[in-house]
Amino acid sequence: MSKNSFKVLRPGINTTFQDLGRDNLYHVGLPFSGAIDKRNFLIANSLITNKEDDAVLEFAYQGPLLEFSGSQTSIVITGNVNFKIIKKDTSEIKGECYRTYNLNDKDCLDIISTEKSVYGYLSVKGGFQINKFCNSYSTTVRAEVGPNEGKKIEVGQTIILNASESSIEKSLEYLNSKIEFIRVIKGTNFDYFSEDSIKDFTSKDFIVSKLTDRMGMRLSGPKIKNLKKTNIKSEGLGKGVIQVPADGDPIVMLSDHGTIGGYPKIAVVISADYDKLAQCPPGEKIKFKIVNLTEAENLYKIYTMETKNIINKIR
Amino acid sequence: MIKNIYNLGDAALYCDFGDTVNKETNLKVINYFNDIREKNITGIKNIAPSYNKLIIYFDLELTNYKKIKDTVENLNISNFEAAKTKIVKIPVCFDDEFALDLERVEKKVGLGKKEIVNQLISQKYFCYMTGFIAGMPFLGDIKEKIRLDRLETPRVKVPKGSVGITEQFCNIYTFESPGGWNIIGNSPKKVFTKDPTKLTLIDPGDEVEFFEISKKEYSKFNEQK
Repeated sequence: MSKNSFKVLRPGINTTFQDLGRDNLYHVGLPFSGAIDKRNFLIANSLITNKEDDAVLEFAYQGPLLEFSGSQTSIVITGNVNFKIIKKDTSEIKGECYRTYNLNDKDCLDIISTEKSVYGYLSVKGGFQINKFCNSYSTTVRAEVGPNEGKKIEVGQTIILNASESSIEKSLEYLNSKIEFIRVIKGTNFDYFSEDSIKDFTSKDFIVSKLTDRMGMRLSGPKIKNLKKTNIKSEGLGKGVIQVPADGDPIVMLSDHGTIGGYPKIAVVISADYDKLAQCPPGEKIKFKIVNLTEAENLYKIYTMETKNIINKIR
Repeated sequence: MIKNIYNLGDAALYCDFGDTVNKETNLKVINYFNDIREKNITGIKNIAPSYNKLIIYFDLELTNYKKIKDTVENLNISNFEAAKTKIVKIPVCFDDEFALDLERVEKKVGLGKKEIVNQLISQKYFCYMTGFIAGMPFLGDIKEKIRLDRLETPRVKVPKGSVGITEQFCNIYTFESPGGWNIIGNSPKKVFTKDPTKLTLIDPGDEVEFFEISKKEYSKFNEQK
């Protein structure tokens, strides 16, 4: 019997295998990578009853069009995603996120687009037949590491699935909520910036620019004025670090960021708000609010508790 | 020793070893890095050493800033000798095809191509750190005669293998990447290996020597890859 597989009829804009990320390689220049929206990643694997850290396909904006071949498999999509299933007899089923579906031989899964968000997740029962690189299924395209030879999914290729006989029927009532503010902690160069600019940073709208991908998010808005120096000695960066280059437009580091940078760090997005920030599409307005370390730690506890509660509601 | 410790966001510890960038400070950073890695401290997920800073990322579900700070402050590290003395030899072709910024460098430092190349290949370099892109080594210090600033407008795409100089440093672009260093040559050597047992040819603390190869040798090298 041949293996279950997907044929890629359309790859989508940026479709990659991801998991919880790759630890312990910052010192060679490899960032964590991993699913950008951790909560939606975890929900996807829980709904399909995979292991917490199994690989998923992450897509951005336009997702892939996949033709299934094989006996049967169960899939789920999480995020805010418009998709449909085109059955072998050409009848169509409009897809709902957070609900599992069974695919039969020659059914197509058309992941049309993410709505008012950037990233969505496809998890398949049993997972994909891919190999880990340095303990992780995450793809870092810029360094060409991870499954699929470190590349995005390409048109015409075949994705082999692990065998899974059982069909899953699970669903969850869940809506991705927006938050009023993206909360940040003051960065290590906070005092480089003018008082007026700090006021702007914490009160005015910033707009997510088109120059945004898995590496970083560029913002436009009031120019942030640096009074001290616009370059620092190159040093480590992290997810959520907000750097301000000489042009005054902040850049937020996302999961595939360069591991070393030399622009002053005005602030760092708190761990609890990272998913929500990264899901803001170009054109969306965001506002920052400063919190202290204790508040950030408590907010993260609440965030993880909420994630657990959501997962517990899966039926 | 560490001069100051701050939090970088809620899930990282930012250790500052002082303002100066030199081998002595950097060896402290590297020794702290090696020691913390060996100790396998609960909750630490990643450590990023740089010239004079060490950033330690931790899992906020397992630990927190205060705990990791206490642990790091109580580390007893006194050996600041060079941890490794591996010497890595890197072939570089300085053909005009690769020396994208040669004219600019010649003009700024007031030397001809031959002299610039000689200055670069006539000594060993110390690897301060690797990163930005996977495996990219930050090497120094280059001779004062060939030091200059970054490009005013960084390149959107620096070709893979490019060898660049800026200020007191030189590097190798291990992948195609945006970048602002002055490019004067290209190495066919795979510096980021993708071999999980040995990901990089050059590690922090190593010594690096460049040697010149002709365009013909460069092409042959590529065939071997």
